[in-house]
Amino acid sequence: MVAKREALSDRISIDMTPMIDVVFQLITFFMLTLRTVITEGDFDIRMPLGASVGAASEDQLPPVRVRMTAGPGGERTSLTMNGQPIGDFDELRRRIVDLVGAGPGSSADKTEVELDCDPDLSYDNVIRAVTAVSGQVQPDGTVVELIKKIKFAPPKKK
Amino acid sequence: MARKQSDGPSKTDIDMTPMIDMTFQLITFFVFTLNFSTAVQDDRVQLPMSQLAKPAEGPSVDPITLQLMSDGRVIYAGEPVSLQEIGGYLENEKRVMIASNKEPRSATVIVRADGRSKTGDVQELIKACQEKGFERFVLRAQYDESK
Repeated sequence: MVAKREALSDRISIDMTPMIDVVFQLITFFMLTLRTVITEGDFDIRMPLGASVGAASEDQLPPVRVRMTAGPGGERTSLTMNGQPIGDFDELRRRIVDLVGAGPGSSADKTEVELDCDPDLSYDNVIRAVTAVSGQVQPDGTVVELIKKIKFAPPKKK
Repeated sequence: MARKQSDGPSKTDIDMTPMIDMTFQLITFFVFTLNFSTAVQDDRVQLPMSQLAKPAEGPSVDPITLQLMSDGRVIYAGEPVSLQEIGGYLENEKRVMIASNKEPRSATVIVRADGRSKTGDVQELIKACQEKGFERFVLRAQYDESK
């Protein structure tokens, strides 16, 4: 009798088993529902239905025409801006900055870019061109916005 | 001496405290990383990368997500559909919008096209949407963190 009372007062042991069961269930649930979300962003493109909807305002500058041609495998074979050949997308961005200017007083709001692409062109190039004309990432990480109005030229028949 | 020997092998006491500590840490981690975002993402589409693809501030208005795979098929509601058939599904979307007193042109069509797909296919998809009265389009790209 003495020994039993001693054992009781010595240590009260709680049965941990149900709690651990539940906790492991919870871990399993959260682990299986874990989803890593990749950061994604959007580019607006203006695709009004008729010409009347997209009527140009008074101070609208003539659109910048970016033409890309494709080889048989979808790779880009040439890049021109308003008819002038351009080497790569960095040069395209420099030309756009030269054209509209950056910062206050820039005419980027009034300028529109029209993308004219071959149907076989790999879509990757379109996004790279859109990236080049729509902004510039500064070395400190801030983004200088350039042209935001981007549209596609009417698709060509294959 | 006899008593000690008898309760020795009957019950071995393992200290559970460190395990429970760690387990709760894990639970807390998973609870905080849980996200309820309903953003549509699909492994069948490899988005092109862009340094300017910063996520939008708010959710888009009445989004319709169309995903274009590199082979030219469109994933609509999880199922691959050919470009020719997508018009019928868009007609349904349009009817649903009109039934809930919304204009099709107030909807935002999110184009998640694979970087390897053809530009002509993307334009065809946009044209199919325009024929049903959808006017607002966004091209989705994956944010490229590398400089």
